[in-house]
Amino acid sequence: MTPLTMVLGKDLVGLEDLDAERIRMILDTAEPFKEISERAIKKVPMLRGKTIVNLFFEPSTRTRISFEFAEKRLSADTVNIQTTGSSVQKGETLVDTARNLEAMRIDMVVMRHHSSGAARFLAERIPSNVVNAGDGRHEHPTQGLLDMLTIRDHMGRIEGLKVCIVGDVLHSRVARSNIWGLTRLGAEVAVCGPRTLLPADIRELGVHVFSRIEEAIEWADVMNVLRLQLERMQAGYVPSLREYNRVFGLTRDRVERAPRDLLILHPGPMNRGVEIDSDVADGPHSVILDQVTNGVAVRMAVLYLLAGGAPEDAAAARSSETGNG
Amino acid sequence: MDERAVQRTLARMARELVELNHGVNDLVLIGIQRRGVQLAHRLADEIERAESHRPPVGTLDITLYRDDLTAIGPRPVLGETRLPPGGIDDRKIIIVDDVCFTGRTVRAALDELADFGRPARIYLSVLVDRGGRELPICPDVVGTEIRANANQQVEVLVPELDGKLGVLLLTRPTEEP
Repeated sequence: MTPLTMVLGKDLVGLEDLDAERIRMILDTAEPFKEISERAIKKVPMLRGKTIVNLFFEPSTRTRISFEFAEKRLSADTVNIQTTGSSVQKGETLVDTARNLEAMRIDMVVMRHHSSGAARFLAERIPSNVVNAGDGRHEHPTQGLLDMLTIRDHMGRIEGLKVCIVGDVLHSRVARSNIWGLTRLGAEVAVCGPRTLLPADIRELGVHVFSRIEEAIEWADVMNVLRLQLERMQAGYVPSLREYNRVFGLTRDRVERAPRDLLILHPGPMNRGVEIDSDVADGPHSVILDQVTNGVAVRMAVLYLLAGGAPEDAAAARSSETGNG
Repeated sequence: MDERAVQRTLARMARELVELNHGVNDLVLIGIQRRGVQLAHRLADEIERAESHRPPVGTLDITLYRDDLTAIGPRPVLGETRLPPGGIDDRKIIIVDDVCFTGRTVRAALDELADFGRPARIYLSVLVDRGGRELPICPDVVGTEIRANANQQVEVLVPELDGKLGVLLLTRPTEEP
């Protein structure tokens, strides 16, 4: 029999911290939230009176808007802070920024930060709930969750599936969250990309490594294609974007030669003609827009579960705030 | 109450609902998660048997409209909300729940339905009215009344979730479980 209540904890920092049961709990909770976005009045009063700050130290459109929709559809009051034009540019530290927000009596912080570990650092220091919206190369847990929800929607399961992550794994927090989450739920995970863009010790995470995309396609049920940051070319990781497309691009030719129907995901924003061809991105195997739709439901589920909180964690963070921390 | 008693009660409730509404036109049954859903389907079966017309059945999870959610605590597991095609505008809605106690669930259901549209009429139908209302809510059709005091619990069993149909009156130990 299913339990009547569930507890996630105070924060969502990464999927590495969650066991299979908690990951499944978030995915299952996201299911009923999908329906709310289909209503004429897309709003339920669940977070009425709660204040959520979206604190973005890096530019983001999709993730920030997705979180904002999730918050607004749960009736929270939201404030967006982008670092350009804020006191952060004047040299304020992360903790000072957060404490000033706390002083204005907020309830949750959704943070994107360029430093790996920033989300945990903040979570341990403020009593508000903290949701990691991407920290450096570390994790982007809600993206990992929405990828898993989309895969489960289309394949009916995660356990036993073969999922290959293609591209710039080295710089990708999306890749790490996918690897943690998918392996916890019993999928086989592989990575594929140029050696310069794969971490040297990636096998330690329990993944296969393919150096040719043809082999990866031969093996996989699901391809999750990462964005190739255009800056990587200037930094010398890849010789040219055209060559990257020729060697690692997901082209129609390659997809058509796959031994089984592939499911194709991309976290966006896409570089059409670089890591993925337009034919494939808009083709029948692509579920890229389903990912975007599911993103709102997953984030609503996370906010719903975190609002139940873990009071003892909040108390611990409060004492570190008032103490010498 | 055993299975046959509940079955007889549901048959009578179905007749009363049709009588109250002067027929089955525009009637929609909305079951409140979780056990209201199964009861709504059973009432629809009974109405169909008597009137040769099965009213559509929807489901409603009122968790996100509860008035005690802001308190920190474990989150209730959410059920499905699915209203029948055609929506609820200008239709006659019967909210179906297993037990009516404080009335707070019904308050939440009324608020949630208001976000879906404007029904012509909303009725409330419960299998058990146990008294103890904290809000001015009064069911239109009641299966049975049970005078239960504060440390007693009324449990409705449905075959889909509990393996059988019935109503139990449990007395809780003096300490909270």
